[in-house]
Amino acid sequence: MTAPSPVLRLPPASGYDLWRVRADFPALRQLVHGRPLVYLDNAATTQKPQAVLDALMRFYGRDCANVHRGVHALSERATRAYEGAREAAARFLNAGSARQIVFTRGATEAINLVAQTFGRSVLRAGDEILISALEHHSNIVPWQMLAGQTGARLRVAPIDERGEIILEEFERLLGPRTRLAAVAHVSNALGTVNPIEEIVRLAHRKGVRVLVDGAQAAPHLKVDVRALDCDFYAFSGHKVYGPTGIGVLYGKAELLEAMPPYQGGGDMIRSVSFERTTYNDPPHRFEAGTPPIAEAIGLAAALEYVSGLGREEIARHEHELLEAATEALERIPGLRIVGTARRKAAVVSFVLEGVHPHDAATILDRQGVAVRAGHHCAQPVMQRYGLAATTRASFALYNTQEEVDALARAVRRAREILA
Amino acid sequence: MSAALEDLYQQLIIDHSRRPRNFRALEAPDRRLEGFNPLCGDQVTVYVKLEGDRIREAAFQGSGCAISTASASLMTESVRGKSLEEVERLFQAFHALVTGKGAGREVELGKLAAFEGVASYPARVKCATLPWHALRAALAGSGQSVTTE
Repeated sequence: MTAPSPVLRLPPASGYDLWRVRADFPALRQLVHGRPLVYLDNAATTQKPQAVLDALMRFYGRDCANVHRGVHALSERATRAYEGAREAAARFLNAGSARQIVFTRGATEAINLVAQTFGRSVLRAGDEILISALEHHSNIVPWQMLAGQTGARLRVAPIDERGEIILEEFERLLGPRTRLAAVAHVSNALGTVNPIEEIVRLAHRKGVRVLVDGAQAAPHLKVDVRALDCDFYAFSGHKVYGPTGIGVLYGKAELLEAMPPYQGGGDMIRSVSFERTTYNDPPHRFEAGTPPIAEAIGLAAALEYVSGLGREEIARHEHELLEAATEALERIPGLRIVGTARRKAAVVSFVLEGVHPHDAATILDRQGVAVRAGHHCAQPVMQRYGLAATTRASFALYNTQEEVDALARAVRRAREILA
Repeated sequence: MSAALEDLYQQLIIDHSRRPRNFRALEAPDRRLEGFNPLCGDQVTVYVKLEGDRIREAAFQGSGCAISTASASLMTESVRGKSLEEVERLFQAFHALVTGKGAGREVELGKLAAFEGVASYPARVKCATLPWHALRAALAGSGQSVTTE
């Protein structure tokens, strides 16, 4: 099933070769309901380049073995590839050392890991955890659970009408009992890019550690954890063109050293007897059991692919799409964009007068346009705007200006049918 | 619009979503129950007045998509005056219709037949059935809110 590729406008002067990029993603070449697929649900998950599929095939077709155990050739190859993936993740984040990279199932597990190890060993009753009002449920619920376990309190820094964290309020909420701040780098529902450096600076001035939920940032921005000076950084592989089931937690070395294990099992120990177990050093201390080996190797291929294209180039391309989409959608009568921060990633959430987001998404889907409708796992954000749901178009490095036009056409169609 | 979209968004459904009937709270209802779809945030409160084992009046309030609003609207119209047993049979036939199992011939669906197109949109079945789940739970007198999950 091959769809005719849309005609492209002249490539931008930057020389970003969109044709070649699109050819790298087999899933983009298909018809949906008889129309060329226009995939604009990238904030939920991204499509995978051939390089990632090849890396998975190479592992399962040739190198499949368990890691850190065997002395045989396949195990050595698998171990080398797996630990090589850790180095790739460290380079991607500009971490000081691969030992600061813990592989998890995703950003959600990375946050839970910090809550249950760092959080549980540091927090006492009456202490406080500070988050913001634009967090994804995955950066709310683990802290609520931790608060329930420790007697700590969850505080929430508000956002303004544009969808930006009110920094004065954030600073005011950093109190003598605040032990940790957990903030998204980029909001999944609104697209807001938060001023993480500033947030880290404010928190550190009060001696508060900072976890950054980078699930939506890793695919769009150049992330430098040392420049940000954050204490923890979490992201998911599948949102940055890698496989599902793999995520990354970066942590400052002295924090990881001091943290107790997350789960018990093989690989996270140094020695075990029935009387006593000595735990392994980070990062292996936090990776009990056979890890997601193929997924880590696939992630490394994805990160190398992204770095190969150039993250500044990708950001520039996506910013052009964001501007075009914002402009095209704002021209549609009755349409209101939710989330108008001054600095945004390529995410456009909107509501359409007289058209419920789910109806909009159904009508768009029948025209080949895949978007997300709902609360985007950020119900407090929806409540902030008095909405039950929005329709969200989120762009990736392979989307085109023609797809922006297709989105706007499809939205106008939805209006014709329902509004 | 393409044929497939017309199947889903029939004129009757669009009309009832824009101007829902019985869209109000009933005073002193015999039964009142709230239904949620946690996946999309749709919410519907169903109000019922009974006369013996018959529904004298049904109404609803809430917010949802065109399918769930029209479904609630047409439901409140179609259950009026029916016995609880008839309502249950109507629901079973409606459920079979929207899940593509074919409506039972022995039950007259009337206007509810407009929801036949939902069967081609599996993701939207819960939109159509949410008000019915709320109504059935209300009639069962559980007093608990229901969710589609």
